Amino acid sequence: MTSMSTIERLKQRFSGEGFASSQFRDNTRFDIPPADVTGVLTFLKNDCGFDLLVDITAVDLLEYPDARNRFRVFYALANTSTAERIYVRTHLDEPDLTLPSAYPLWRGADWMEREVFDMFGIRFASHPNLKRILMPEEFTAFPLRKDYPLRGRGERHNFPVITRAES
Amino acid sequence: MAITSDNVFMTQLDAAANWARSNSLWPMPFATACCGIELMATASSRYDIARFGAEVMRFSPRQCDLLIVAGRVVMKMLPVLQRIWLQMPEPKWCISMGACACTGGVFDTYAVVLGVDRFIPVDIYVPGCPPRPEQLLNSIIELQDAIKKHGTLNGTEFADRRTAEGPAPLSLEELRRSRDFLLAKAGDEALAQQQRTAPPTQ
Repeated sequence: MTSMSTIERLKQRFSGEGFASSQFRDNTRFDIPPADVTGVLTFLKNDCGFDLLVDITAVDLLEYPDARNRFRVFYALANTSTAERIYVRTHLDEPDLTLPSAYPLWRGADWMEREVFDMFGIRFASHPNLKRILMPEEFTAFPLRKDYPLRGRGERHNFPVITRAES
Repeated sequence: MAITSDNVFMTQLDAAANWARSNSLWPMPFATACCGIELMATASSRYDIARFGAEVMRFSPRQCDLLIVAGRVVMKMLPVLQRIWLQMPEPKWCISMGACACTGGVFDTYAVVLGVDRFIPVDIYVPGCPPRPEQLLNSIIELQDAIKKHGTLNGTEFADRRTAEGPAPLSLEELRRSRDFLLAKAGDEALAQQQRTAPPTQ
């Protein structure tokens, strides 16, 4: 649950085109444009006490009803002294799939952003080591995109066969 | 009797070596999933794999002669598995334990290999999800029988195997899927080209 004062402060500080807040059950979402990610996250961390970055993840909204953008990136934040939580969301479209890295604010963002990059191909500018974390380095696709087939494109068959005669 | 003393000697030596080998299989546990838990249970006192001389689980492939692939193998892990298989000294055998190691099981996704037998030789398949320890013990007994019957001192029983066991690495369905993907991609590019060259409608 997010306290009303936090939402009010956020709304006061950030308003205009692309900003919106919404509620789903006890989750508070705050939508922001991609350009303001660093500003909002810095404000939340330094001025509102959200000291813990719980997760960074993304959703591919391809073929999603009423979706206006292709990708949605989530930042789940928590305030460990008041147990407040907030979900900061931003939306991205091809071809510009770049966000500022949250690594300078939270060191834990390192692997989370690598995972989002690995699965969705969303790049994080100024990330110290942006490379694949789950898939092999030579993998070229982004498997959690909805236009990637579940069974892959034959990558899992692309290995040398070792026979008894050779081993 | 046409048997020369030479042959009798070699046959007896083979039998002695195979007797020794089949009763001292040293497994290399390649346990990646829940089958690994059953493998551990097989090694524990209730099922006691030591009754068959196979209790010496070594975590160095250099010291093993039986690779037990227990669990699903993903495409990032397969080069590791192949390396381990190549590092094991001859003679060596392989047990593919469980549905995932044999066929990929229910994990028919982009990352999971559809059976390790596509890429390394497999001697015995153990079905089950996961197999009971008794099934694994039975596979070891069968492997011991095979080694005693067909094994030779210098491993010539493997000489005939020139091809990999298991299904072909690339299935017809897979080929169709990649062809469709390439066609769709080419279609998209043609469409985009058309849109770029066409004058704006507004």
